[in-house]
Amino acid sequence: MTTVTTLRARFGAATGNPFSGGAWRIPVRYGAVAGVTAVFVSLIGMVEAFSRREVIETAVSMDQVLLLVITGTAGYLAASRFAARGIGKSVIAATLSGVIATLFLLALLVLGDRINLRQVLLNASPSLYLELTFGKGLGTGAGLLALQIIAGAVGSGLIALLPPAPRRALLIGLTVVAGMGILHDLMSLTFQNWGPLSVLDTWLYSSTGLKVRGASALFLIFGGWSLLWAMKGPQIRERSKTLPLARSAARPVALLAALVLLAALPQILGLFLSEVLVLVGLAALMALGLNIVVGMAGLLDLGYVAFFAIGAYTMAILTSSELAFFGFNFWAALPLAILAGVVTGVLLGVPVLRMRGDYLAIVTLGFGEIVRLLVLSDALRPWLGGAQGIGRIPRPEIGSFEFVSSQQVYYLVLGGCVFAAFISWRLKGSRLGRAWLAIREDEDVAAAMGINRVYFKLLAFAAGAAFAAMSGAIAASRLGIIYPHSFSLLISINVLAIVIIGGMGNIPGVVIGAFALVGLPEILREFGDFRWLVYGAALVGMMLLRPAGLWPEAIRKRELTARPAGVPETPSTSPSAGDTS
Amino acid sequence: MTGRPATSLAAIRRWSARINVADLLMWIVGGAILIFIVAGSIATLRLGIYSFRQWVDFIVFGLAQGGVYALIALGYTMVYGTLRMINFAHGEVFMSGAYTAYFLAFTLAQNGWIERYPVISLAMIFAVSMGTSALVAVLVERIAYRPLRNAPRLVALITAIGASFFLQYAFRGLYGSGFKAYPRMSFLEGSWSLGDFRILHLQVVVIVAAALMMAVLYLFIQKTKTGKAIRAVSEDKAAAALMGISVDRMIVITFVIGGLAAGFAGVLFALMFKQVHFFMGFIPGIKAFTAAVLGGIGNIPGAMIGGAFLGIFESLGPILFLDGFGIKAPYQLKDAIAFAMLVLVLIFRPTGVLGERLVQKKA
Repeated sequence: MTTVTTLRARFGAATGNPFSGGAWRIPVRYGAVAGVTAVFVSLIGMVEAFSRREVIETAVSMDQVLLLVITGTAGYLAASRFAARGIGKSVIAATLSGVIATLFLLALLVLGDRINLRQVLLNASPSLYLELTFGKGLGTGAGLLALQIIAGAVGSGLIALLPPAPRRALLIGLTVVAGMGILHDLMSLTFQNWGPLSVLDTWLYSSTGLKVRGASALFLIFGGWSLLWAMKGPQIRERSKTLPLARSAARPVALLAALVLLAALPQILGLFLSEVLVLVGLAALMALGLNIVVGMAGLLDLGYVAFFAIGAYTMAILTSSELAFFGFNFWAALPLAILAGVVTGVLLGVPVLRMRGDYLAIVTLGFGEIVRLLVLSDALRPWLGGAQGIGRIPRPEIGSFEFVSSQQVYYLVLGGCVFAAFISWRLKGSRLGRAWLAIREDEDVAAAMGINRVYFKLLAFAAGAAFAAMSGAIAASRLGIIYPHSFSLLISINVLAIVIIGGMGNIPGVVIGAFALVGLPEILREFGDFRWLVYGAALVGMMLLRPAGLWPEAIRKRELTARPAGVPETPSTSPSAGDTS
Repeated sequence: MTGRPATSLAAIRRWSARINVADLLMWIVGGAILIFIVAGSIATLRLGIYSFRQWVDFIVFGLAQGGVYALIALGYTMVYGTLRMINFAHGEVFMSGAYTAYFLAFTLAQNGWIERYPVISLAMIFAVSMGTSALVAVLVERIAYRPLRNAPRLVALITAIGASFFLQYAFRGLYGSGFKAYPRMSFLEGSWSLGDFRILHLQVVVIVAAALMMAVLYLFIQKTKTGKAIRAVSEDKAAAALMGISVDRMIVITFVIGGLAAGFAGVLFALMFKQVHFFMGFIPGIKAFTAAVLGGIGNIPGAMIGGAFLGIFESLGPILFLDGFGIKAPYQLKDAIAFAMLVLVLIFRPTGVLGERLVQKKA
């Protein structure tokens, strides 16, 4: 619940003391924000699309969950802001925010009843109104909607007033139920992959959503577990520290367990999730490379996809039987692809050596686009395939074993990631890594200390490019065909977001970032384009709540505690100024 | 290298002392590209496929497109000037105005207003587009950027990217995902002939409107008290605050101005290319940012010059530089040429055409 506390602190700071005169404004504001959000998600079609999905069969559909989460958050925040004023006033605050939010939705209903909004707003359709009013018409339906939303707001307000341990348990239970309901298809698929576990699938799920018994069981198990941990957890943790073996054995055992788990993962998860893992792995490989360039050396590169493309195209040209230039196999072509990445990394690095910050960003962006446009053009078509791309790239093979399905390619990608993570980990503590860090923190001081900027910057570009090229080469042979359209600017942006969201400079953070920004959208694929909307909102929200990333580097955390709050922006480019929250 | 006059002997000596391998390599690369460009141009002109009239057509089209880029670039450059951040969502601000105004244009076309009262209709369309864009710009600033004003700049870059995604898909959800055809306006079709030349009405209107809008905004920033305050804030926020300027308000006004310009550009763009789409802001946004950097980011006249420069290069470059070598389908490479120009300009003049020396220090 750290996010909620931060949120509370943030809004607290923004709106001033809640106990001064205009305190009633706070719930009104929360309610208004929630109301606008609710109307917004209705109008972009989320409510209608989600209404076809049930979280708990016949009882709760996903659009209801969505609206309840939006208005409930307002009630929760309003009540927790008033918690110190007693239960009565908190409940009133929560109710007030619920009422305000309801007014917005009612306004939408009335407006939609009078005017045909659909000429402009595509999704203001009759079925939206039908869904919002439970199919009961404007009069009764609107009443039901108001009742539901206000009850949701008051309920969440009451949750906010609970003591921390049961509140946590309740929220965890509800989140698990909602999550399991939303991921129904995926979970069913995974359970069915396992013979004995398919019983669990039929016990938990019906064909449309969670069964009521499944939902209550999940709620009780996870909520209860959280409650138990809240009571016994500190003791267990304390006692485990005194165990004689724990200290020395914990790390190697954990490492071993992690490795075994990683190796077994595709067999556990089945085909679809292995596919997701492969995509995450390829992104993580790129992100580890970019982490060297941006995270360690502080060089903002927005054209990183160029190296991915160069790796992929080198692999394709060397191996494809469609072009039939060389006919290398995967293992012979891989080092050459990486080499091509390194060479272009240095070549593109030279012109931008003197540039910093945003100029560097835009020039590298230009390079990335130039590479994509060149491979796309008809002028280079005989060699690079033009818009049709290059096909018939052979799969990697060892002896007679061929990496075909994603469950097999996974090991290749995993190998690449472990290799890249190991290299970056060793580089980070080395002389080279410390030189990069110095350049990142202050280029001029680094130069004054005798660090050869040209040499180290080029090395950073080369190292980053090598990993991206490797990722590209693997991606090319995984798909067997490459198109220029798969190398758009969006990939560069996405990888940069992975590095920053993960926690710049930190290797496990980057991997987590890849899971969050590549894995989650893939898992939520069934929600179509709404996931990109949520992705955008999540990027903004993440940065507002945790500007240092999900798992920031230790050095950055240190800076954070050492720095007094509210230090004004420094003019240097170093992205290390720390967290302000 | 390219006829850059050596001012004095001392300058040459300073130069030789400063040269290192990387610089040398860079100059060689730059020189090679320049030679390629010159050779290509000569070859194309020798071939003589295109008449003088066609060249003029290319240039006028380029100017019109450049005017649109310049207007969008204005928003980038002003935000960069005050906040030192790349407002990646600015392309979406541009889209939001044009896309929203489409519905008004459509309605006006249906009930015949556009034919009967063209000026009023067009003014209404511009007003709606500019208003929407300004509103979106202000909302983005309030929600995504203001809480992070003191955070590291990469953080703000990521929120900007997030806001960009969010806006694209929000408008996709609101208005639908298809291409929408902007209504035709008969008074903008047709052309004037000037002796041998023929100039399309539309292009003239776009160029003139863009120039007028830029002049108005420029005068606003240079001559009014608010404009002065904005410039003060972009110079030094702390000092401006001490002088009694409300920094927050000035930043909001900056975003409003950028939004107004982008909304204006959105309608011009829609008039030129006759369609709108939720993804239409992305490429012009990147191009306009390129234009802003070309001209020297943070510099308002620079944005205008950079925009015009980029527009002309884009329409002229592919044919002029590449056709002579017999390269197939050169127009496909127009964006590559635009970006190559950017790289070249930044190699030879790292601050952009009119930029101050902030590449190394402030940027």
